Amino acid sequence: MSGNNKAFLELEFPVAAMDFVRAGRVASQIKRALEQAGMPAGVVRRAAIAAYEAEMNIVIHSHGGVMRARIAPSLVEIEAEDWGPGIPDIELAMQEGYSTAPREILEMGFGAGMGLPNMRKCADRLDIRSEVGKGTQVVVSIFNAEPLEARA
Amino acid sequence: MEVYFHSVTLDESKCKGCTNCIKKCPTEAIRVREGKARIIEQRCIDCGECIRTCPNHAKVAVTDSLEGLNRFRYRVALPAPSFYGQFKPEVSLGRILGALLELGFDTVYEVAWGAEAVSVAVQEFLARESGKRPLISSACPAVIRLMQVRFPTLLDHVIPVDSPMEAAAKMAKRAKVQELGLAEEEIGAFFITPCPAKVTAVKQPFGDNRTYVDGAISMSTVYGEVLKALPEAQDRYDLVQSTGLGIGWGYSGGENRAIYQGQKSRFSFLAVDGIHSVISLLEQMERGDDLKGIDYVEAQACIGGCIGGPLVPQNRFVSRVQLARIADTIGRPEEGIKREEFLGLWKEGLLDLKGEIRPRPVMSLDPDIRKAIAKLEQLEKTVEDLPGLDCGSCGSPNCRALAEDIVRGNALETDCVFKLRERVKELAEEMVELAQKLPPAMGK
Repeated sequence: MSGNNKAFLELEFPVAAMDFVRAGRVASQIKRALEQAGMPAGVVRRAAIAAYEAEMNIVIHSHGGVMRARIAPSLVEIEAEDWGPGIPDIELAMQEGYSTAPREILEMGFGAGMGLPNMRKCADRLDIRSEVGKGTQVVVSIFNAEPLEARA
Repeated sequence: MEVYFHSVTLDESKCKGCTNCIKKCPTEAIRVREGKARIIEQRCIDCGECIRTCPNHAKVAVTDSLEGLNRFRYRVALPAPSFYGQFKPEVSLGRILGALLELGFDTVYEVAWGAEAVSVAVQEFLARESGKRPLISSACPAVIRLMQVRFPTLLDHVIPVDSPMEAAAKMAKRAKVQELGLAEEEIGAFFITPCPAKVTAVKQPFGDNRTYVDGAISMSTVYGEVLKALPEAQDRYDLVQSTGLGIGWGYSGGENRAIYQGQKSRFSFLAVDGIHSVISLLEQMERGDDLKGIDYVEAQACIGGCIGGPLVPQNRFVSRVQLARIADTIGRPEEGIKREEFLGLWKEGLLDLKGEIRPRPVMSLDPDIRKAIAKLEQLEKTVEDLPGLDCGSCGSPNCRALAEDIVRGNALETDCVFKLRERVKELAEEMVELAQKLPPAMGK
């Protein structure tokens, strides 16, 4: 679950495809961990939103995947790695409202095409790597500008 | 460290050290230590779930007594709307209010009436102020405390409009100062409360809000006294100021109904009741969900709304019927809510919830972020080693909470009966092994 000699703590959570009942749970766990790590409320909020969007992307679009949260005093990284169809045109996928979600997903009220754009809004840095037919890896980086400030 | 007032407290002599309460607490604020439940002050939100759960009635709400009335020259009763739902249909609302006067009050100001003022203020705020949506009602103090402890990032969604209790107290005091020429300090306003959270809200208001309420008396206490006084009580229908819409605030959905009256098409409202349902909704909001364009959220910690409060004597389903009947038949609905009058009060700022509601950060494992991350790592490792049964025998509500307590230095791994058993087994095996060893002088 965590590397001993690394400068950061890494937490890993599996995410199942099409499991809408449990969807959101990983994001909640990450959020709780960040609060316990003493991250400022703003960082926690952005990370929680990004984690939720990333989790939903795995649930909706992939054949399953894994989420990782890397926590360091000045940086939080949310990584979502999935096995699935991949994204043929990342630029297009980044556009608000562009969606490839199938009809049954849209009918459930998901897949509005806001996942990646919302993640970009929360991120200080967003890296996407994708291979068609293999899968996608998204890394959201959020900087903590006040890492050493003591909070009561 | 900040000192917290709590209405919810433990009667040690009754506590058997069972673990029912720790399991139900929505903020994991209770631990059993040395055979007694201990409330972690910073985390307790006074919702009263433990009062409901405790089989030994060891959790009690500290409220004010009727004797407190003597401190004031002029005494005002502020009955919560839910109070009206506690009586049989043949007891008129006028007589209920009349009976309150027999208890030593000089007059009654309905909190239902304050609720109508608040309803108008909320309507105006929704219409005039764009920005954060959905807005969350400030009326349930347990929900606000919950947000301070568990959802600090959502605190800016709380509508800056005061609660009906405060609105009623302010309006009552202002009216009596003008009418009777009394000084404000000579007037005592006493809320008849369905819950401990309101007691705490009076003793320790959130934000920089000062309270105009001088005491909060348990509804069950007042109920008993009113029952005794009813045979002698006069019908004081003249004290009824609410149109019935304010009375509906006593049950879930009633607040929204009073607010959207006349503007159904413009805003959308959501009502959620029961602390665990409130938590799941706030978790959804916290993920950035705007709840499909909902403008206003009425959120109440108790199932059914205030009629389901821990200090309410009657069954909540029965009192809902009673309260709805009164709300629909009594009052002066033909006159409508006194919109213009309340609007004036809102513009004046009298109905504002003042000051910022500050977060109460209790989650962080250490004030130093480096240490906190290290402790989190330790916590994750500890959780993996624990059995994951969440049995509560250790006195912590679940295995993760125990791991947290261990990391914080408030518990030991051997507090877990399964870990303890493992250690004993290892030790026993080691003893057997040692017993079989013989010193060379004795051996072969």
